[in-house]
Amino acid sequence: MKKINELLSGSRRRFMGQASASFALASTGLAVPHIAQAASAVKIGLIHPATGWAAFPAAQLRYGAQMAIADINAAGGIKSMGGAPVEAILGDSQTKPEIGAAEVEKMNEAGVDAIQGCYQSAVGLAASAAAAKYNIPFSIDVGVSDKLVQRGLPNVFRMADGYGRIAADASVNLAEINKAAGSPAKTVAIVHEESEFGTGTAKMVTKALASHGLDVIETIKHANPTRNFDNIALRLKAAKPDIIMPINYPGEYVLLAKTLRQQRVDFMASYSVLGGGFNFKFVEEMPQIAENMIDVNHWYNPSSSSGQAMRKRTEADGKYFTFEVYCAYMSVMFLADGFERAGTTDKEAVNAALSSSTLEVDFMPYGPTKMLNGQNMGSRAVAIQAQKGDVQIIAPSSYASANAIFPRS
Amino acid sequence: MLSITLSLLPAGIINGLMFGAIYALVALGLTLIYGVLHIINFAHGAMLMLALYSAYFLFKVLNIDPYVSILIVTPASYVFGYTIYRWGIGKLSGGRDQNILLITLGLSIILENSALFFFTGDQQTISLPYSYESFDLGFLYLSYPKLISFVASLIICVLLWMLMTLTDLGKAIRAVAKEREGARLVGIDVEHVFAVTFGIGVACLGAAGCMLLPIFYVDPYTGNIFVIIAFTIVVLGGMGSIVGALLGGFIIGVTESVGGLLLGESLGQIGISLIFILILIFKPTGIFGSKV
Repeated sequence: MKKINELLSGSRRRFMGQASASFALASTGLAVPHIAQAASAVKIGLIHPATGWAAFPAAQLRYGAQMAIADINAAGGIKSMGGAPVEAILGDSQTKPEIGAAEVEKMNEAGVDAIQGCYQSAVGLAASAAAAKYNIPFSIDVGVSDKLVQRGLPNVFRMADGYGRIAADASVNLAEINKAAGSPAKTVAIVHEESEFGTGTAKMVTKALASHGLDVIETIKHANPTRNFDNIALRLKAAKPDIIMPINYPGEYVLLAKTLRQQRVDFMASYSVLGGGFNFKFVEEMPQIAENMIDVNHWYNPSSSSGQAMRKRTEADGKYFTFEVYCAYMSVMFLADGFERAGTTDKEAVNAALSSSTLEVDFMPYGPTKMLNGQNMGSRAVAIQAQKGDVQIIAPSSYASANAIFPRS
Repeated sequence: MLSITLSLLPAGIINGLMFGAIYALVALGLTLIYGVLHIINFAHGAMLMLALYSAYFLFKVLNIDPYVSILIVTPASYVFGYTIYRWGIGKLSGGRDQNILLITLGLSIILENSALFFFTGDQQTISLPYSYESFDLGFLYLSYPKLISFVASLIICVLLWMLMTLTDLGKAIRAVAKEREGARLVGIDVEHVFAVTFGIGVACLGAAGCMLLPIFYVDPYTGNIFVIIAFTIVVLGGMGSIVGALLGGFIIGVTESVGGLLLGESLGQIGISLIFILILIFKPTGIFGSKV
């Protein structure tokens, strides 16, 4: 099993120093000096919604991916390919699936060796299908629809979890938290956004909750964007669920949370699944609303030194350490490991190497990497809760940094 | 389920009226500019976004309440609008309508991408000390920010109506809207009136931005979320009509809100499109289809 810091071989001090210097250059938009100019660059296309309503998570994803690329180059590039540097080619999906697919065509013309993207599942589905025509290795950095890896495409991989297993984990965690509190919660209301991400996740969660004795009494779908959540809050107030479960993107997540408070909706917990707006920024800027809210999501491993270092580095750059940063970082490392083991950019060989990946990712709370039809079976989401202005992992117990506060205080 | 929905209807209607007033304010600027200049300002959304950011930074940096910053952002928006028309759009267009369309489209791209570069795509929200204070109507908690926004929007609509109907400037604007050459012949500085009208339209956005910030978020693309609605309101109320914009705002606000309750928040949006199509078929000039 290969660790990421083995991939980035060299002493830790040298690696961190070089990585910081080259990443600082990359952040300013200047060219990163390549370690080995002789070997031709390995090109990785990054497709994200750089413009449009998802511009913030897209910027976070680009930041994480470019941090990884800077680290790889600072550590000597792809060694089995003579120290070939990794080069990013940036694409903007503009939040539209058809533009995402068009970006793949452009990147193919530009000779990319792999592609990474796309934040939205709908865009990921279109873009990875376009990449399949050319057998271009495609790594999903963020995108939770299980359809992404269930179409039998040999070029599509995902290191992070999909909504099927996240829904199952979320339900198990909620059942355990509820049981530990004496099972006060019986009913759940789901509020989800209308695209593949929200609809698919809601369907999975509804099914999973039933097996734990939690009854979904209301499911409310909303548009992107939704300008006003008052009616939804009133509907929730009338339904009187014990748990409110938002499944939506950042803007709507925060607006809903604010409106629930304005309309004084009474509930035991806000337990979101893949809540787009639940992050350090939300907890820091709106502590009175965020306090005790729970989310089940991709999260870093706060007990690992590499996770702590990445957080420190990100925050030193003035960025929020959101899940997009480390998911994108992990995805680039996964691709780089594939090139390293394949020793070539031949697409067939790289796809074969990726499908047998055993890359160890210690900055995430993951088990050993094992690819099954393109999905990493070692990945898992965790339940996190805002507690006293910080974010704590409350489940699973093996990674928990605090006990759940449930029902909310 | 139906009884719950029906019991929520009064609250839904009030919610719709609250948001409708703000929609009307965004639409006012659009309809005024169309009524006089006979062009659609494609940079309307981007200018609303600028107003939102102005209010946001005044709050973050100087701790000025967004409702107080109306007194700063509105005149500043007027100056911005006047300047950009007088020495930008007006000069570059050469008086050709299609050029104005392209220039405003280009302007929107420049403004949005500049905002993305300088402010990043991060969505910003603010919490005021009274953000979560509200009046209890029994069936609905009416939050102070929404109530203040509603009242302020109505006041601005009335002030604008008074400006257009009771002042010499209003008469000059209406004269230019009706007969450009005739107005020039009686000594009205038509280019100045164009710029003033554009400035007033952008000033409406300035006020709207200050009223939206406490109840919504701002990012480089926020403006477009409201401008799509504003276009529908302008068509519904009648292009160029201030009263039409206000009434259209209320109709669209209530349609959106009640549609969401009856058909679900996702499908409920269909009501707005339906109104848009019906108006185009049966009364293409809108409810008050007269020009300013």
